[in-house]
Amino acid sequence: MALELSKIDKLLELAKSGDRRSLSRLITEIADSEKTPKFHSDSIWTLGVTGPPGSGKSTLIGRLAKQWVDTGESVAILALDPSSPISGGSFLADRIRMEGSDMGDKVFVRSIASGNTPGGISPRIWPMCHALSLCGWSRIVVETVGTGQSEFRIAALADRLLLVDGPDRGDIIQAEKAGILELADVIAVNKSDLPGAALSAQSIRTSLNLSDDDSREVILVSALEGVGIEKLISAIESCETQSGRNEMIMREVLISEWDSLLVSHPEIDEIITKLCDSSITIDEAIKLLRTSIPNGR
Amino acid sequence: MRVVIAKPGLDGHDRGAKVIARALRDGGHDVIYTGLRKTPSDIVRIVNDEDAEVLGLSTLSGAHDSLIPKICDGLREEDLGDVIVFAGGIIPDRDLEQLYNSGVRAVFGPGTPTSEVLGFLDEARQRKKENVPIGVGDDLGWHWN
Repeated sequence: MALELSKIDKLLELAKSGDRRSLSRLITEIADSEKTPKFHSDSIWTLGVTGPPGSGKSTLIGRLAKQWVDTGESVAILALDPSSPISGGSFLADRIRMEGSDMGDKVFVRSIASGNTPGGISPRIWPMCHALSLCGWSRIVVETVGTGQSEFRIAALADRLLLVDGPDRGDIIQAEKAGILELADVIAVNKSDLPGAALSAQSIRTSLNLSDDDSREVILVSALEGVGIEKLISAIESCETQSGRNEMIMREVLISEWDSLLVSHPEIDEIITKLCDSSITIDEAIKLLRTSIPNGR
Repeated sequence: MRVVIAKPGLDGHDRGAKVIARALRDGGHDVIYTGLRKTPSDIVRIVNDEDAEVLGLSTLSGAHDSLIPKICDGLREEDLGDVIVFAGGIIPDRDLEQLYNSGVRAVFGPGTPTSEVLGFLDEARQRKKENVPIGVGDDLGWHWN
């Protein structure tokens, strides 16, 4: 274990000096290592992007990246996609949509399959972001498909959260159900080149206005045509982190670490088998798990 | 394994690349597809950033003999010599030797059953596990077919 950590530290040192090969290997190590590595960067800047499938998140991120690079930033993007529950494999194609993703040295894109890490990928994403920040990446974007609570949650751990919806989808209601709408700092309605987008934006605004003190912006954009991108960037850059956000983030970190502890518990399969043949009750199972959580993980 | 499937050069047809990508996913691999019309240096950077173990290059344009060796050279130059490279598409028999010489470990033509590509990856994985050379940077005469 000590050996593993020192390997990660060594990669970090090389990556900090600008070696892109080491940076890439570092990200893999963070995903694959048995322990969740701890990194901390004071100057970290992260944006979570989530929304329903097909709402144009990747295309929009490509636009944002280009704009940022033009203003001197360097952009690292972690694009999460689900693994197939049947084969365990994945088809990761977010980067196709990111026109900016092949712009050169100022953009780093890593596609991540959500299913390959013991205990789930979510506790690993934040060490990755901190490592990227330590290596000098000034804009770090985490993209997740907002199809389930856990995916929403990953994005919600960022300092600021952008929610993307399309015209006439109404899918943002799902975000409301998942408790994510209140976490979003900026909401973009994409595909303003299509009919229905303005109406969609209006209905979200109406829904936000139900609470008096809600000043969050709903911005119409077209990632395809590059319309509204500057306005969106300035909203993202200037958004004020909501009060209580830190507690919310820490709560999510704790829950995801706890989940990961549970899923990677050495006796979990045995306990599930016992539950199936009714030889123990659920309360007994929880007791067993609680008393035997491995020390020091 | 983490596999990048790439379309180098001016070639707008990716049905084959997508069939392979899907088959590899169903075989349990993580597949990253680059999309169309990537330059050799784009592809080398994508392989690096994605930390891929395998690169599959699909070409139908006839430019394989100049693009693929260029990509293999780029991988070696960027310290990516452990990446395993295979190719697919319309590649005449007379060009195979040159591709193998540049470090390509398998070439799959039209009509190849997807199970064969999966078989190649199993072999590749086995070799890697046993530290038997197979990467694009390894100097060896071995190739799958």
